[in-house]
Formats: sequence, structure tokens, C-alpha cells
Amino acid sequence: MVKENDFLSVRDLVVEYTSDGQIIHAVNKVSFDLERGKTLGLVGETGAGKTSIAKAILRILPDPPAKITGGKIFLNEQELLGLPEQDMRKLRGQEIAMIFQDPMTALNPVKRVIDQIAEGILVHKKVTKAAANEQAATMLKKVGIAAERATEYPHQFSGGMKQRVVIAMALACDPKLLLADEPTTALDVTIQAQVLDMISQLKEEFHTSMIMITHDLGIVADTCDDVAVIYAGEVIEIGKKESVFRNPSHPYTKGLFGALPDLSKNVKRLHPIEGAPADPTNLPDGCCFHPRCPHVTDECRQGSRELVSVNGNDHFVRCSQAAVREGASCLRW
Amino acid sequence: MLKSQSKPHSQEQKSHGSMYLAMQRFARNKSALAGLSLVLILVVLAVLAPWLSPYAYEKIDIINAFAKPSFAHPFGTDDLGRDILSRMMYGGRYSLSIGIFSVIISAAFGIFAGSVAGYFGGQIDNIIMRLIDILQSFPQILLAIVISAALGTGYDKCIIALGISGIPVFTRMMRANILTIRSMEYIEAATSINCRDSRIIMKHVIPNAFSPLIVQISLSLAYSVLSAASLSFIGLGVQPPNPEWGAMLSAGRNYITNYPHMVLFPGLYIMICVLAFNIIGDALRDALDPKLKR
Amino acid sequence: MSALVEVKKLKKYFDTPKGKLHAVDDVSFEIAKGQTMGIVGESGCGKSTLGRTIIHLLESTDGQIIFEGEDVTKVNARKLRELRENMQIVFQDPFSSLNPRMTVKEIIQEPLILTKRFKGSSLETESERLMDMVGIEKRLRSSYPHELDGGRRQRVGIGRALALNPKFIVCDEPVSALDVSIQAQILNLLMDLQDEIKLTYMFVTHDLSVVRHISDNICVMYLGQLVETSPSLELFEKPLHPYTKALLSAILSVDIDHKKERILLEGEIVSPINPRSGCRFAPRCPYVCDKCNEPQQLEEVQPNHFVSCCRVRKINDLS
Repeated sequence: MVKENDFLSVRDLVVEYTSDGQIIHAVNKVSFDLERGKTLGLVGETGAGKTSIAKAILRILPDPPAKITGGKIFLNEQELLGLPEQDMRKLRGQEIAMIFQDPMTALNPVKRVIDQIAEGILVHKKVTKAAANEQAATMLKKVGIAAERATEYPHQFSGGMKQRVVIAMALACDPKLLLADEPTTALDVTIQAQVLDMISQLKEEFHTSMIMITHDLGIVADTCDDVAVIYAGEVIEIGKKESVFRNPSHPYTKGLFGALPDLSKNVKRLHPIEGAPADPTNLPDGCCFHPRCPHVTDECRQGSRELVSVNGNDHFVRCSQAAVREGASCLRW
Repeated sequence: MLKSQSKPHSQEQKSHGSMYLAMQRFARNKSALAGLSLVLILVVLAVLAPWLSPYAYEKIDIINAFAKPSFAHPFGTDDLGRDILSRMMYGGRYSLSIGIFSVIISAAFGIFAGSVAGYFGGQIDNIIMRLIDILQSFPQILLAIVISAALGTGYDKCIIALGISGIPVFTRMMRANILTIRSMEYIEAATSINCRDSRIIMKHVIPNAFSPLIVQISLSLAYSVLSAASLSFIGLGVQPPNPEWGAMLSAGRNYITNYPHMVLFPGLYIMICVLAFNIIGDALRDALDPKLKR
Repeated sequence: MSALVEVKKLKKYFDTPKGKLHAVDDVSFEIAKGQTMGIVGESGCGKSTLGRTIIHLLESTDGQIIFEGEDVTKVNARKLRELRENMQIVFQDPFSSLNPRMTVKEIIQEPLILTKRFKGSSLETESERLMDMVGIEKRLRSSYPHELDGGRRQRVGIGRALALNPKFIVCDEPVSALDVSIQAQILNLLMDLQDEIKLTYMFVTHDLSVVRHISDNICVMYLGQLVETSPSLELFEKPLHPYTKALLSAILSVDIDHKKERILLEGEIVSPINPRSGCRFAPRCPYVCDKCNEPQQLEEVQPNHFVSCCRVRKINDLS
């Protein structure tokens, strides 16, 4: 997975939260790469740690209670975690932008929509207010919001339109990396289709790299090139979308696919994953998934495992059973 | 891998209601415990004043008037030679009891009015809230002054005045809580399983509306003690020779340049008391904060 | 099979400062005993309002609700209590649908206590039975809602709904707030319970893949209007209403080998406040014509397949 074209490289990222005297292991040594112009899907359920990863890249984790206690993040060869705050501020909005999940709370209710977009432009580009407004208006047009509506306030827009404003804000400064945190969860299906389509188009136009955080495998199928499956703060499967979707190898990934009511199949009974999601304050020893795994062995309950190749350089999985099966090469970052 | 010890899944889980957890959080807060201790000390001193105070509060000793703090009189004496320390301890009885009783009045009426307004809505809500608006259009202390001036001076009138002026705060808060809870699905659920209105209010609404009120009660106590002192300071409320702290401040202000101890100690006491209640109120708010709930 | 629940031209309007909000407008369908009727639509289509109106949590504005052949549109307090023992609801939000100050056991026992038919040991036995039935582990029965995860909370909600032994349950987006792996558990539970105690469900959701799984028949709603009703499989294989077609095409499949053609809708959603007459989907419909501004009729275009669209036959090349 380590290639020349790597634009973003995350290595052994560790994020912990302290609350009420307890330590929550939100992200446990997560590593992945993203090529320029590609989209990586981070898939996992609530509490898996996906948002924490994105916020760690942007370094907007609230400290306290969150702390990045380990790892490195390289954006275009530049290491981000060691960067002083003022340099990081130059990157935010300009090089890296984020689309948040809830458009309702991502927009400032007392500022006009065009002002919110222009604000970002003014911070990062040395332009006049008039020029910034013009660029903001162009951006809004690109996301399908008519010029007359640019001077309205967020509450006058519907959910889908608000999210489009948020996207316009994110892309206003032409960032190289876009972090999209469940951008369509709060939207209806038909609006979701519109918004995803638009994100794709803009991504093509600006050649932006993107990390798409979602729990919806359908969205991953539609928008992503690569996929990383996150469980209990760890990457348990990672690879090219085609390989992971055609041949899911980790029992959790298989469980996710099996639990889906799929329109193309006529299955009567669904196959849920037994048990409850892992408790991040109390993770089990050994493989984090073993209490719920139908194929668990003694080996799974102890120690740690490496990512093992399932399909050359295109697909890796973190599972002792897979190691046994494939007998193959471990991934060394 | 960074992992903590795993707990065997069959272990019996001891369940705790959110109130219990909140009290645990409160107990862990050092400044909260300090505030609580201060209040307890003041209360003990006030309650046990007849036995603990070195002198009777009204004992006049002109020869020793204006004495500076000394071993015989740790806080000095006032213009009539009365021991200030003893007067402070007795004074606690007035100040703290005025605070407590007036808050009881405010809370009782406020909670009732707020619950009715919030639960029934419509015209009833309108009428109650407009009355509250009228009451609230006066600054709280001014309202207390006006009522005091109308009713006359004295300990009990002071309690009534402060009690009435404090009603709006509790009414609004309770009403807001009730409106929030009414929109919760568990209220709809209660209706769907054939719960009568009265049972819904008693079992579902009030227990859940109560926590923010506890914080408000603590803060209102602070404000009441301060207001009682203010009323006495301007000559309303508790009258001399009763040793209410505000009255003592008032009596001492003419002598502030020469004998500052006469205003220093009553002032400090008021400040410590109000500070302690405020700290407790803040700590309660932190302890009950739903954001901390997992 | 006779209908357990029938709804005829049901209307529910709300008064707002801006005018009348037509939340549910002229909806008619029937649900046979032991079957599941799925109600799908996007936000604002009125599906939740419909569910709550049928079980009398909201008062209907017009139209009829018929239960077991009896007209129960307007009932007195005593009849309402009886009715509630037959019609129950499972809520969407497992967080706000349980009283945070009551333990699991207390929540399950409350409806039993209210019937006045259970006391002491019979209360214990019955509540244990219910908790077993919905799969709540013994060690959690004295827990408070905030100590449980979403899936378990939802099980408690289902247990509470079953306590009164209802024949009909409105499931208002019961799995939308849950993680995918837990969704499957709860859906399986609901289907098992249906088989075991012959329940009839009205399953309200915006998630089309979920509704296909659990429903026998489906109603598609748009802005308060019923646009299409049909048996489940047929709806997905041959949707007839333009909105249904767009809705189905918008679903993202995990099947990466067969990419679907997506129908993208233009335009914005009209307001349900003081709406004009006629089809409310018209402003966004790719097939709109003048006749669309007149009130549409629900027609049985194919056996058991009803559509509310003046151009349905033309669009689908039907006779």
C-alpha cells in the first residue's frame, strides 16, 4: 500500500480521551495511506473512532478531554502532529477542509451564507472583501444554489441545501484534502443522491483527495476507491474497494455485509453480528473483535496481530485466521 | 496495542441511577467539598450560637466600644461595645434562615406555577407567564425593597419580600424543563400505555425536571443571603438590635475610616457565605451536566 | 384475509402561525391480520404523523380509522383505554423513549401495573416473561437506560409495547437510530415476534432496504399524500409512480459490479403548509403535465397495486 503517489500518510495514530478518570482508547495505532486524487472510505459503526481520526488529522480534537498520544501524520511529506499551531492554522481550510455531519449545527445561524464562505477565503487568500464575495458566489453557484439565495441565512435553507453550503465552504479555498464526516447521514435518500453526485463532480474538477467517513457501505461502493474498515479504533481490514467488496476477509467485515438487508438478494433472515459493539474504556485482550467472532480461537484472545495480505498489495486484513489461511506476507509500514 | 484490563463479561453490574453518579462526581470535586464545609461551619456556628458565642449578642459594654480585634474580642467590638464575633454567629441565624425560608417560598410557588404553565400550555400558560413577566420587570432587589417598604420592616416581612421576588426565576426554569420533557418520547410512550395525566406528571415529568432546579436553589440561596444583607443595610428588613450581617455593615459604615474592623468582618462573612453557596451551585451544575453522562 | 386495520381518507392537519400544515392528506389503505405494511417516504412525508394518528396519540382531522371492523375514529376515554391495549407503538429514538429515572424492570412493569390485572408475583412472572421474550439479559434488568446500548434500549421499548398484549404495533423507524449490526438483530426480533404471537405491524421507515425485508405490502408517501401502494416485491421490481422510481434509483447498493442508473430529481420540495391542490410531487417530476395540478385519484392500476398519478399508464407503457 505504500506508494510513490501517497499524498496523505497516517502512521500508528493513537488518540485517547479521559473522562471521569477513565481512559477511552478511541484510536489504537491506525495507519493508512491516501493517494492524490483518490477517495478513501473509513467505514465503521458509531464509536469506532473514525471521526476522531479525521479530527486528529485536522488537529481539532478538544484537548482536554482528547489527546493524540502517538503516531505521525504526513501530508505531502510534511509531518502534521509536530507542527506549531500557527502553521497548522494556515493549513486548515486551505490545504485540508472538513465537511461535518450535521449541517444544522455546522453553519452559524446569525451569519449570511455568503459571508460564511467568504470568511474562509479572506483568512487564507490575500484578496479584497469584494473579491472574496465574488469567489464565494461562484462557489455557491457550483453547488447549485442560485445567486439570489446567497444573502440568506441558514435557517431559510432546507437540510440538503445547508449541506451544500457546507460543502461550498469546505471547497472554497480549493483544499488538497477533503475530510467528509458522514456528510449525508442527516439527509433524505433523494437529496443524498444529489449531494454525493455533486461532491464527486467537484472532486474531479479540483482533483481533491478525500476521506469519506461513513457507516453506510452503499456510500462507500458509490464514492470510494479504497476502503479501511475500523473497529474499536483499529484498522481491521484495508484495501482497494473492489477487492474488499468482492472478498471481505475479516469476520467483522463479513458480518457487516451479511447484516445488510440487500435489495439484490432475497434473504428472509438477516445475519446480525452477535453481541454489542466494543466498549472503548474496556477493550478485550487480544483481537478487539474476538468476543463477537464466530471463528474465535485461543490465539485470538492473546497478543496482537499484523495486517496480512489477502490479495497482493491491494488488500490487507488483521486476523490470525487470515494469517493462517494466506500464510502470507505481513504488511510492514 | 494499548488496551486496558478486560472485565469478564459475566460480572454482575452494579447499577446506579444518574443521581447517584452525579453525587459521586460532586464528591470528587475538591472546591465543592470546600464550599460545602464552609456552609456547614456557618450553619453549625449559627445553630449553636447561644452555647458557642463568648458573649451575649446584645451585651452592651460602652467602656470597650470600638475595641480593635484582640484576644478578648477576636473581631473587635462595635459602637456599643458589643462583641462582633458573637454578633456574627447570631447573625448567621438571621441571614441563613432568611435565605432558606425565602428560597423555600420562591421555589414552592415557582415550581408549581412553572409546572402548571408548562404542562397545560395554552391560555393557562399565557396568563401565568404574563404575571411572571410583570413580576420580573422589576429588578429583583428593587422588587424586594418595594414589597418590604409596603409591608413594613422586620424579619418575617423580609422573608416574604425576598420570597416573592425570587418566584420568576423558578417559574421560568421549571416551565422550560417541562417543555423539554414534554417533547420526549417517553411521555408519549406513557400516554400510549394508558398512563393518566396525573401519573405522568408525578412519575415521569417531575422527577426528570428536578435536577437543574437543585442548582438553581443553591444559587438562589446565595442571592437571598446577599439580598437580605442589602435590605438590612438600607434600613428595611431586619432591624437593630438584631445582629443581621447587613445591618451590622450599615451600622459600621460611619466608622469605616477609623474602625474598619466593624465593616470588615461582617463583609467577609457575607462574602464567604455567598461564595460558598455559589461554589456549591456551580459544582452541582457540573456534576449534573448531561454531557458527562456516557 | 380480513383487514385488521383499515384507514379511509385519513387526514391530519396542524394549525401553524403560517397556515394549515397538511401532514397527512387523504390516505387510504388496509392491513390484513398477521401482515406487515411498510410506510416509506422521506422526511416531512407524514409517515410518523400517520402512525401516531392511527393509534390515537394524535387526533385525526378527518377520515376514518377502522379496527377489527369497528369504526374507532372518535372514541370516548373508556373505549380508548381498551383500544390502547390492542394498538401499541415502538418509538424511533431509543434514547428519549425511555424514562431515564426508571430501571428496565420498572419500565416493563408499568403498563402491566396500569391494567390493574397484575400484582406481586404475577407481576414478576409476567415481566420476566416479557424480558425473556425480547432478549434482555437477567443481569441488566435492574439497569437504567443510560447504562445500555441503543440495541438493548430498543429491546426494552419493544418489551414495553408487548406488555399490553396488543394485536397491532406501529413501529416508527425502530432501527433508524441503530448501528447496522444491531439493526439486523432488532429486525430479526421483530420478525420472530410476529411469527410467534401473530402480530400485525405498520412499519414506518425511510430506509428502503429495511422495509423490503420486513414488509408484505408497502405504501409510499410524499408530503402527506399516498402516491403508491403495492405488495413489497412488486414495488421494487416494477415501481410505477415517478417518485417511487426516483426513490428506488437513489438507493446505493453495495453491489459494485452492477451500477444503476440514478434518477436525479431537480427542484426543491414544496411546503406542506397551505399546499395547492393536485400532486405535490409535480414541481420535481420529470413527467409533469397540466393535469397534475388537479387532485389525483388512487387507482388500482394492477391487482393490489394502487397508484396516484394521472400519467401512470403512459409513463409505464400500460394499457
